Amino acid sequence: MNDVLDVALRLLIVFAVFMVVPLVVGQAEHKVMAHMQGRLGPMYAGGFHGWAQLVADGVKFAQKEDVVPAEADRRIFQMAPAVALLPYLLVIVAIPIGPGEGAVGQVVDAGIFFVLAVMGVGVLGSLMAGWASANKFSLLGGLRTAAQLLAYELPMLLAAASVAMAAGTVSLPGILNAFEWWWLPWQIVGALVFFVAGLAELQRPPFDMPVADSEIIFGAYTEYTGLRFALFLLAEYAGIVVLCGLTTVLFLGGWHGPFGADGLGWVWTLLKTGVLAFVVIWLRVTYPRLREDQLQKLAWTTLIPLALAQIALTGIVKVAIN
Amino acid sequence: MPPIPGSGLAKGLAVTLRTMTKRTVTAQYPDVQPELPPRTRGVIGLFEENCTVCMLCARECPDWCIYIDSHKETVPPAAPGGRERSRNVLDRFAIDFALCMYCGICIEVCPFDALFWSPEFEYAETDIHELTHERDKLREWMWTVPEPPALDPGAEEPKEIAAARKTADKLRAQEEREAQEAREAQETRETQEAREAAESPEDRSDRAAEQEGQE
Ligand code: SF4
Ligand code: SF4
Repeated sequence: MNDVLDVALRLLIVFAVFMVVPLVVGQAEHKVMAHMQGRLGPMYAGGFHGWAQLVADGVKFAQKEDVVPAEADRRIFQMAPAVALLPYLLVIVAIPIGPGEGAVGQVVDAGIFFVLAVMGVGVLGSLMAGWASANKFSLLGGLRTAAQLLAYELPMLLAAASVAMAAGTVSLPGILNAFEWWWLPWQIVGALVFFVAGLAELQRPPFDMPVADSEIIFGAYTEYTGLRFALFLLAEYAGIVVLCGLTTVLFLGGWHGPFGADGLGWVWTLLKTGVLAFVVIWLRVTYPRLREDQLQKLAWTTLIPLALAQIALTGIVKVAIN
Repeated sequence: MPPIPGSGLAKGLAVTLRTMTKRTVTAQYPDVQPELPPRTRGVIGLFEENCTVCMLCARECPDWCIYIDSHKETVPPAAPGGRERSRNVLDRFAIDFALCMYCGICIEVCPFDALFWSPEFEYAETDIHELTHERDKLREWMWTVPEPPALDPGAEEPKEIAAARKTADKLRAQEEREAQEAREAQETRETQEAREAAESPEDRSDRAAEQEGQE
């Protein structure tokens, strides 16, 4: 009975985090992007500097009609948003935010594998949406998503593998327990590759070719309305949270910090995740969209060689230490 | 020297970060009224007391959006035996702001200073026909016309003021001259009186003595 309660409580907390943190990131994006463009951003909803803008957006989306195109593959079309969103929920369950049993939804032994595999499933949602919409723009978007997934999953895996090699374990808490501060410069290239590849996998600008609105409307999401569309948007922000959290855990030492690592480890995790989320927004505001060929070129000719070099470096240093 | 690879990317990041720390340019209009320069072309005010119904504005308006109706009245002669005068009386003066393109030509051509720009701009209507504003509305907008901006230091004096000053100076000079003359006349009169007054007691005693002598 107690176990059931424990599990239920943990799931509830993870779910709450899953609902709240992406909204915070979304609101931060509204505001940061606005100020980076010399604007104010939302100012009215909720009174104080438009803090409730996303809540209002959610209400608006919920009121809209849920349209399924006549030619669409109904069931797949309706399932796609859930497929896009749920994997990120599962990933959040496995990310440790502090030391000890209490600070992680569920300890998974093969943490890295689990996390990366499940994140890959998230992209499937876009593929399903693109195919099932019976719309050429959606199909193009879906195919671009697929190409992007193929290109960027590899450097991401390689970079993650480098950390796993360094730590000698694939469990996320295990990696963090083995973390030393000098891993930071040691794994910095891997961190950059991981972060950039993750961005590309989330289809965040500047890697938003699959939803390039000026050429293919909104890619795989063109036909979606109302709540289902909102779920896709939520998936994007949940993806940012997951990517930043993972980068924090794998490369930035998670709960380790210059001080207060014992009691306040989770603060460090949140802080690092927040800074990374800011960087995600910052990149979006700064850079124009990459063209499809540039996108592929970046993955195959830059990121993958860099990731391989990182693995080689990790191996050499590891042997030298031993 | 070739640029360091990635320096362009870093520069882009620096630009956005710097913009974030600066003040935003957003105008929070309905909450905060904008500060408009005095020559803002908001709406056209009519100072109808100055209008002589010469119709120049209506004729020059490129959009033909000024509507003027008037009639003639005869005014009785000012002096008895004079001639009767006729005078234009304004019946209607309206500007269709749905057509107006805010070129300002009407204001430029008005020879009697009856049209003015006002910075007032909140006169949107829900129906396009209601954008034709009549003379009472146009007259009301005159109250929102700001004072003309001050002249540059060292600028030439405006002609009107120069003319007014000249007349005033002339008037003052004339008044002074008159006052001077009056004072002089007064003085001469006073001295004469004083002399008479000084003379008179002796005269009287003399005369009295003469009279006594005669007796
Ligand atoms: S501003 Fe131009 S368009 Fe408008 S009423 Fe005057 S002359 Fe006509
Ligand atoms: S030009 Fe001036 S004086 Fe003549 S009708 Fe127009 S407003 Fe009146």
